[in-house]
Amino acid sequence: MKILVAVKRVIDYNVQIRVKEDGSGVNTDNVKMSTNPPDDNAVEEAIKLKESGKAKEIVAVTIGEEKAQETVRKALAVGADRGIHIKSDNYIEPLGIAKILKKIVKKEKPDLVFLGKQSIDDDCNQTGQMLAAMLNWPQGTFASKIEQKDKVIEVTREVDEGLETIQINLPAVITCDLRLNEPRFASLPNIMKARKKPIEQLNAKDFGVDISNRVHQIKVEEPPKRKGGIKVASVAELVNKLKNEAKVI
Amino acid sequence: MSILLIAEHNNSNLKVFTLNTITAASQIDKEIHVLVAGNKSESVVKEVAAIPLVKKILHCDSPTYENFLPENLTPLIVKISENYSHIVASANTFGKNFMPRVSALLDISQISDVIKINSSDEFLRPIYAGNAFSTVKSIDKKKCITIRPTSFNPAPTTGGSASTEKIEPVNVPNISKFIKREETKSERPELGTARVVISGGRGMQSGENFKLINSIADKLNAAVGASRAAVDAGYIGNDHQVGQTGKVVVPELYIAVGISGAIQHLAGMKESKVIVAINKDGEAPIFSVADYGLEADLFEALPQFLDELNKLNTIQK
Repeated sequence: MKILVAVKRVIDYNVQIRVKEDGSGVNTDNVKMSTNPPDDNAVEEAIKLKESGKAKEIVAVTIGEEKAQETVRKALAVGADRGIHIKSDNYIEPLGIAKILKKIVKKEKPDLVFLGKQSIDDDCNQTGQMLAAMLNWPQGTFASKIEQKDKVIEVTREVDEGLETIQINLPAVITCDLRLNEPRFASLPNIMKARKKPIEQLNAKDFGVDISNRVHQIKVEEPPKRKGGIKVASVAELVNKLKNEAKVI
Repeated sequence: MSILLIAEHNNSNLKVFTLNTITAASQIDKEIHVLVAGNKSESVVKEVAAIPLVKKILHCDSPTYENFLPENLTPLIVKISENYSHIVASANTFGKNFMPRVSALLDISQISDVIKINSSDEFLRPIYAGNAFSTVKSIDKKKCITIRPTSFNPAPTTGGSASTEKIEPVNVPNISKFIKREETKSERPELGTARVVISGGRGMQSGENFKLINSIADKLNAAVGASRAAVDAGYIGNDHQVGQTGKVVVPELYIAVGISGAIQHLAGMKESKVIVAINKDGEAPIFSVADYGLEADLFEALPQFLDELNKLNTIQK
């Protein structure tokens, strides 16, 4: 079995983001960047399938600027076999990303495509589902447990009401929840070894698909600030305020 | 213009978030048609018909749609989408599952998690877990939109008389199968819709200590939430998680106990009407969003809180 894992470079989840004063976006200059957190879970799950003998090859792919390659390099350092970097200096919407990934899938012919359930920058939660639809493949979104059984895969999904289990045919797209596994760290020797693993370089504009953006960003602003509250001195005062001032209990 | 809105239900009842989504849709256009796709779902149709904002119901009843598999729902929605300017669903695990598939097949760039409607093509949505708001304008002819339900009030549920049109199911690809659903059973209100939520964080120190939270929840008829740290530490199940990676809640009263207030947690609760923070670290970021902050050891404060509540003659439910 062959697995394709898609990873994305985003502002590190520990960074308090800053909105640019001119409203044109969020400041990314001199800001720590990392792999989108659930994409690490996607990579980890692929490695686990390889370790259990079920997968033979893992290909990590990213789309983005020159430095986005770091996310592929990180995937190689923890166990992916080779990488693909599709260069684009401009933001591409999930629809365009899915179109490019579809072309990669047609060429690489993986049995499974793993992605993070959502990226923590634009919070769209679309790419995996869009890719699955374009391929007419089934999907397992928000996966917190997967179990491969011959030509099908059982996926436990984190849904609003609790958990849902579905069975989907291979090939399939799976979007990974943070709860799926505990991503490993790369050891220094493996980081060194990963430098020798191949990364194929391609360019987004050579794919012959329409990646023009259809949703134009007019303005980015800070969310309205909450008015500062007060500190209360005791539990009795708190209950009194909730009862008689806020009138919520 | 007219809107195709996909109802979320369990084949017997309409899920309440659909009502919030209907309110949002009504701010785009008044011609709202609701698709009820399910199995033996007549009672849902009755409920939807009584909603005054709904003009027409499209009812597709077939075992195929019993469990709302996105592989099966998508071809149906795509087939009937032709005459609509907007396709709308809730931005929860229901809508998030199929809407991008619909968008992809229609070659539309979806707008996720809309919190405000500016016009029929301009919307406000949170990015970076709600740490920034983005105003976006869609240039697609048709729009696919998911609505964050908690940002809109629920639509009234009585007095309407929408007509119903039966529609035929379409062929399904047979590539996915539903196995089971394990709903979290609780005597308490659902986290996403509760009037009061009380959440515990890592400061609770153990799952056993959540009984302190539970007894107050019982008293206030509150839902019990938790921070991701508490969930990851194994104190409580993930279905209780409030935050960017859990549920977004907007209750009238949110009580955060032993929660420091990481960005990812704040993203899930900071729109609550009244926020209370109980934490022994006076510098904890949670106090910056709290209306009432109590700097105290939770193991002393929670039993006192229960005592004080017991002294009250009446408590709102």
